[in-house]
Amino acid sequence: MTSTLRQRLTPLLAGTCIALGLGMAPAGAETLTIGFLAPMTGGFAQVGQDMVNGFQLYLDQHDNKLGGMDVKFIVEDEQAKSDLAVTKAKKLVLQDGAQMFIGGLLASTGYALAPVSTETKTIYISSVPAADDLTQRQFDKYPYFIRTSWTSSQPHQPLGQWACDQGYKKVVAIAADYAFGYEVVGGFQKVFEDCGGKVIQKIWPPLGTKDFGPYIPTMKADADAIFSLMVGPMSLQFPKQLRGAGIKKPIIGGGTSYDEFALPFMSDEVIGDVSALHYSAAIETPKNEAFVKAYRAKYSKVPSYYAENNYTTAEWIDETIKKSGGKWPGAEAFIKTMQGIKLDSVRGPLVMDDMRNPIENIYIKKVEKKKMFGYDKDELWNTVIKTYPNVSQFWTYGKETFLKQPVYSKDFPPCKYCD
Amino acid sequence: MTTQTIKIVAVAIAMVVLALLVPRSGNFVVLLATRAMTFAILAMSLDILLGFTGLASLGQAAYFGMGAYLAAILVAKYHVGLGWDFWLVVVLGILCGAALAAFFGLFAMRATGTYFLMITLALGQCIWGLAYRWSSMTGGDNGLNLGARPDFGLNLSDPIVYFYLVFAFFGASLLLLYLLVRSPFGLTLMGIRERELRMQILGYNTWLHKYVAFIIAGAFGGLSGVLWAYTNGIVTPETVVLTTSVDALLMTVLGGAGTLIGGAIGAAIVFGLREYLSTLVPWWQYVLGAIYVMTILYLPTGLMGIPARVRQYLRSNREQAKKKLVSVPS
Amino acid sequence: MNTQFWLVQAFNGVSYGALLFLVGAGLSLIFGVMRIVNLSHGSYFLLGGYVALSVIATTGSWALSIPVAAIAIAMVGLVMERLFLRPEGQFVTIRDAMLALGIALIFRLWIGRVFPLMLPGATGAFIQAAVVVVILAIPVFLILRRISAVAIETDTLRQVLLTVGFAFLFQQAALDIWGGNNMDINPPPLLTQSVVFGGLFLPAYRVFMIAMAVIIGIVLWLVMEKTRMGAVVRATVDDAQMARGIGIDTNRVSMFIFALGAGMAALGGVIGGAFLGIYPGLDFEMLPLAFAVVIIGGMGSLGGAAIGALLVGLADNFGKALFPEISYFTLYAPMVLILAIKPTGLFGRE
Repeated sequence: MTSTLRQRLTPLLAGTCIALGLGMAPAGAETLTIGFLAPMTGGFAQVGQDMVNGFQLYLDQHDNKLGGMDVKFIVEDEQAKSDLAVTKAKKLVLQDGAQMFIGGLLASTGYALAPVSTETKTIYISSVPAADDLTQRQFDKYPYFIRTSWTSSQPHQPLGQWACDQGYKKVVAIAADYAFGYEVVGGFQKVFEDCGGKVIQKIWPPLGTKDFGPYIPTMKADADAIFSLMVGPMSLQFPKQLRGAGIKKPIIGGGTSYDEFALPFMSDEVIGDVSALHYSAAIETPKNEAFVKAYRAKYSKVPSYYAENNYTTAEWIDETIKKSGGKWPGAEAFIKTMQGIKLDSVRGPLVMDDMRNPIENIYIKKVEKKKMFGYDKDELWNTVIKTYPNVSQFWTYGKETFLKQPVYSKDFPPCKYCD
Repeated sequence: MTTQTIKIVAVAIAMVVLALLVPRSGNFVVLLATRAMTFAILAMSLDILLGFTGLASLGQAAYFGMGAYLAAILVAKYHVGLGWDFWLVVVLGILCGAALAAFFGLFAMRATGTYFLMITLALGQCIWGLAYRWSSMTGGDNGLNLGARPDFGLNLSDPIVYFYLVFAFFGASLLLLYLLVRSPFGLTLMGIRERELRMQILGYNTWLHKYVAFIIAGAFGGLSGVLWAYTNGIVTPETVVLTTSVDALLMTVLGGAGTLIGGAIGAAIVFGLREYLSTLVPWWQYVLGAIYVMTILYLPTGLMGIPARVRQYLRSNREQAKKKLVSVPS
Repeated sequence: MNTQFWLVQAFNGVSYGALLFLVGAGLSLIFGVMRIVNLSHGSYFLLGGYVALSVIATTGSWALSIPVAAIAIAMVGLVMERLFLRPEGQFVTIRDAMLALGIALIFRLWIGRVFPLMLPGATGAFIQAAVVVVILAIPVFLILRRISAVAIETDTLRQVLLTVGFAFLFQQAALDIWGGNNMDINPPPLLTQSVVFGGLFLPAYRVFMIAMAVIIGIVLWLVMEKTRMGAVVRATVDDAQMARGIGIDTNRVSMFIFALGAGMAALGGVIGGAFLGIYPGLDFEMLPLAFAVVIIGGMGSLGGAAIGALLVGLADNFGKALFPEISYFTLYAPMVLILAIKPTGLFGRE
């Protein structure tokens, strides 16, 4: 009785709603529940906010639908603690019934979340954590893991080639002393030295160092350039203090040293510094220009790579669901479909390699002060000076050769030229 | 005597309710309860120092970290602790926590009051520095992954089974610590808390008593660390930071120092706010901060002290009423 | 490793120590006078930096931002001391009212999730919120008046925890007000150059930090040693009970010292902000360092704070340069040793 009544009423109601312009999910339409883990309080809150903003912007631009499915987007505060990220991920899966969870900020969080995906047979999309091994030597352990961002060494292997091509022979590397720093320096050093360059010194200030006083005087004087990998507040202080100490050598930086997250707060002494990453807000394509303008209009900030990576993650999910016929295909099928998607994204063409890490353009960028995209103020931008197209996480070594070597660390590649 | 019995019965009933209710309230609640109970053991271990001996330590995370890293290193590097040898890891964790406390205690016991606070803070920071920098052993910033939980007939990967295991450890710790503080040894500790000089004059070796209490607290800290490692499956330097020690201290004071169970209540509240309320509202930190400030200002004996405060309030009201009656001129 | 290396490292260590002195001296004085271990001292440092950023953003003047930030945060310290750490008389009522408003605000946030907005526009929403908060605050206030707060003056641990609670609240408030971006204070161009001295490049800003610390240190020392006010403070540090006995208003001394300490931490925040940056989390990074200074030098001693700051600056600097592998150890292990040998620090008194 009730059911027949409802059956009779549904078209009527739907008709009224459409007539009133209210819109209503078609009967039986599935909801896609997406769990999003990002630090929303504490020291990393703004990074987390950038991540959420990127994803949210895409949802807003697409009526909160991905591939035709209505999206329930649940943001959980992981407070930049990996154990809490695990708890919150389980909450998203077990209580909210999320079909996938996305995000995490620190590499340790990535390592902590990947086993959760295996345990709960739920998709985990790493939109930021860059730890190399998740899509390299530990790939087999995590069948539900997929990465839409980058591996730490991915942009820095081409940067090593670029530095070598510039004729730099000797480089001093100074990098934050933790796994991310080792992988970045390792990638740079491997390619740079294979090309004939020499890393003559490696200095490891602890993560969070702001006073570089103890390190700058120990730098060898006969280097042609300085390779730096700074994270967060370190990025602002290192160039300032290096120049203040009278050292004018060129800086080539790891991705996070000059990312747009820090760039607007830097002063003019960074002009001319070079860095490499898979995104720059100054890529001159219509798609990027539209993204930067939309993002900036909404959040009054130039998008950082944290924002772009999550925007593109949303786009990638969108395309995958579309290809699956507008409905949730199940975790295994989703991963398979997603791996086959070729995306023309904000940051350039993207395609997954067979270890579920993107093959993407790597941009060598130089800091310049100029006007861009019609904004009327002179600002610092990461102008792209060279693009390495379609770079794989294995660079040019090939998967088999690459995976035979150990993961980049403090001792690998060994520092052969450090006296 | 009677209030004591009432308290024991109340705690026992609460424990039974907890054991029956939690597994029926959804997986997330089970997980939260497991985490909170693990931390509650740490808070109770601190209560031995803070509530019963009068030593406020800001370095309890050191023993917690010791246990957690021991378990993680044994599992991740030596593949020990995924079967029956789980119990071996537990015992080793307790022993290592105690050993570390025995070593640190030699330094810490020389100071009292604020200086004890400071020296334990410095000791805790030393352990954090090691966890953070000794990457070859601790995995540095990436931390160590344990992978699956042990399976020895009982499969601990099942959240409910694991909940009951941690519950058993929690109950056992509570019972053991309760027996400890009721023993002559515990009474001596309380005597030291009230007035150390008097106990010295009475012929007690107060240094040794405090030192042993310090080691016992370290042992239970080690136990909670081992369980914490298995609970989360990952151990990072974040486990050993200063705020972990501060958290343990706040939980103990929030629930009520010197009551043992107060630490558990504090743990439940802090975890409830930080991990459950944070799934509902973004401003949970204000609630947490407000609760701290209010408890410290208005509830010096913590939440466990509320009944006593209410009784006292009623009594003073009655006395005032009586006074009024008396003072009415006839 | 030639002479030049050692000279530059020593110079760097001294300049870092100069910054630490600004933070540590206030903490030390507060402890000396009030016996309070102030765990919100790092928050004052960070808040000082944020206030300075706001001043620079509105007026463009870096020089102006230094006194404004110091005075603003000294006021915050003053309020905190009067209302929460040493409340007396009508301040107790004000404190209860403030807490009631705070709790009502949280309740309103909660109610706001389900309670419909009845007045139109942003102003309407604000008026409605304000009315709801005040209405909610009244019963809370009345309840708080009935519960007598317990004096915390005699309880070190509860004082410590209270300051931790405030540190958490300050942290969240700063995040909500200024956002979580990593920011930087840019001093005038003159200070960003380097001075060449005997073939050494000395960053002008480091020279400036040393100069500031020396000037402030000397002024403080003169005030403490040569003025009546200083004598009163010293008497309070030595024996508060005795000082009260001879008619010193130790209550006012503690108010003055707490505000001074907070203001100095904020000053450190402005000066250090150009050197360390301003970002969330800086508060809890500075705190252990400030404590290291005070612990090594001994609490309550200005000279001790100076020596402690110098030692920590140099130990930190040379530790990182010479033994990078154990650089945290070189900071905390000596601290443990000094405390174990002399629990009151090098210059501290029981």
